[in-house]
Amino acid sequence: MKLHQLSLFLENRPGKLKVPCRILADAGINIVTLSLADTQQFGILRLIVKDWQRARKVLEDAGCVVNVTEVVAVDVEDKPGGLAAILDVLEKAALAIEYMYAFTNGPNARKATLVFRFENPDAAIAALTRAGINVVGDAELFARLEA
Amino acid sequence: MTIATQPRWNEIPGGFHPESAPDYLPVPQLRDIQLRRLKATVRHAYNNVAMFRQRMDERGMKPDDVRSLDDVKRLPFTMKADLRDTYPFGLFAVPMEQIVRLHASSGTTGKPIVVAYTQEDLNVWASVMVRTFAACGLHRGDIVQNAYGYGLFTGGLGAHYGAEALGATVIPISGGNTDRQIMVMHDFGVTAICCTPSYFTHLMERWKELNLKPPRLRVGVFGAEPWSDEMRKRIESESGIKAYDIYGLSEIIGPGVAIECECQHGLHIFEDHFYPEIINPETCEVLPDGAEGELVLTTLSKQAMPMIRYRTRDITRLLTGQCPCGRTIRRIDRIGRRSDDMFIIRGVNVFPSQVETALLSVEGTLPHYQIVLTREKGLDQMTVRVEVTPEVFSDKVRALEQLHRRLEQAMERVLGIRVAVELVEPRSIQRSEGKARRVIDQRKI
Repeated sequence: MKLHQLSLFLENRPGKLKVPCRILADAGINIVTLSLADTQQFGILRLIVKDWQRARKVLEDAGCVVNVTEVVAVDVEDKPGGLAAILDVLEKAALAIEYMYAFTNGPNARKATLVFRFENPDAAIAALTRAGINVVGDAELFARLEA
Repeated sequence: MTIATQPRWNEIPGGFHPESAPDYLPVPQLRDIQLRRLKATVRHAYNNVAMFRQRMDERGMKPDDVRSLDDVKRLPFTMKADLRDTYPFGLFAVPMEQIVRLHASSGTTGKPIVVAYTQEDLNVWASVMVRTFAACGLHRGDIVQNAYGYGLFTGGLGAHYGAEALGATVIPISGGNTDRQIMVMHDFGVTAICCTPSYFTHLMERWKELNLKPPRLRVGVFGAEPWSDEMRKRIESESGIKAYDIYGLSEIIGPGVAIECECQHGLHIFEDHFYPEIINPETCEVLPDGAEGELVLTTLSKQAMPMIRYRTRDITRLLTGQCPCGRTIRRIDRIGRRSDDMFIIRGVNVFPSQVETALLSVEGTLPHYQIVLTREKGLDQMTVRVEVTPEVFSDKVRALEQLHRRLEQAMERVLGIRVAVELVEPRSIQRSEGKARRVIDQRKI
């Protein structure tokens, strides 16, 4: 049910973002989506890729520090109020969001996928499932992308 | 007689080598030997080294004025600048026909300093290195990988001849070529390695990547640069070896001036050959045992190049009390700093070892760091660049900012001033194969 996300440490300097992207490109690995957090000094690049184990290995072999985190992805209607409805569920369950990002994908273009980072992903999945919200794991997401 | 109280060889932990006998001499006998050798050294230097004779004459002193060990403090000091000023051969005390080896130290400013050995000097050097390795629990049958640089630097050949004289198997691999070092360590069943501690941490990092941990490695003899107790703990827990601190300097003989025993509580100084004093580096006043100050050494048996009261610039103290290992030769504390690698930032004295202590007190931070000094608008800035490791990296900005803040706080606690900490990508700080370059001073003073 959970999605594996790779995070990389980057110095906040010109050319630093290109390095991991080039490594993945050379390995033939496509980035499904990403988010970039930045501070004045450094940045954290978070990536969703299909073959995350292989991506992790090529990045680590190239000397990157890679962190694997389990994040929670949910489908939402791509219309006003879609995100607000999900946030209602999370607020009622008293679940804090560390960070989140969103993307649209595949032929299912009227839906968007939201990616959430929680301290306790299992509790979040339970609350979302109870509310009838579809939680998308690695298998479902990538099957959909290939359809 | 005090002989009966001396430990017998088979009661001494860590093994015993006949060469190590002087380590256990009764103290009065040791002092007798020192005084006899001191008198001979002073006479030899006075008769054969013009600079020393001139300085003695200026003080109105003759070699016969040295009657007790206490008279050492009346002798003139020798400084590194004296070796430079007399470059290359000005302090040699024997004719070239008797000199069988020359070494030279890397000169940080201009010309190197040159040191010389007679055959007897080389024999003494090999002997103190045998005592060094024996104190580290090494013996015949051990396989010693000597990764100190071979050449003009004293480290390589000094460790080499010592390990051979011990009867161990020596691999003269010299420095550099990390992957080959790891292959040899692994495939040859190496049991001991000699190198700088910073290079060893680099080897550990690399053998993890290659998944080639050396299966029989048991002992590391690490020196040529200061390293902290925290760094030792990390090396020992990550590699499973016992890490010994070795001390030496070319001007005195090379490696083999002092070594830790299995107690790892101070370094035993081979004081039957190298007489130690501790002085206040500013007033030059001799300090009592236990007080911290600059180590000053007088060679007691060197022929080619006797050194009288050589100022090492290394800050330490002579430890009081008997070591549980049974050795009677005195110990110096581990050297964390020098009186001259210190730098002053906004009026505060800072030693790189203090920065290391602060970094290591923050959990999980490996000691790959660099200090950069700059001057902006007339104000000195100190930045400590610290590599992010997999252990401390997080996908959360908040966690990394906390790490950053903890590092800055630890730095301020240890140094007493605020300094900038910069988290940098792994491997962005250049690795050294010799002495680590910890401080980059970009100030234009």
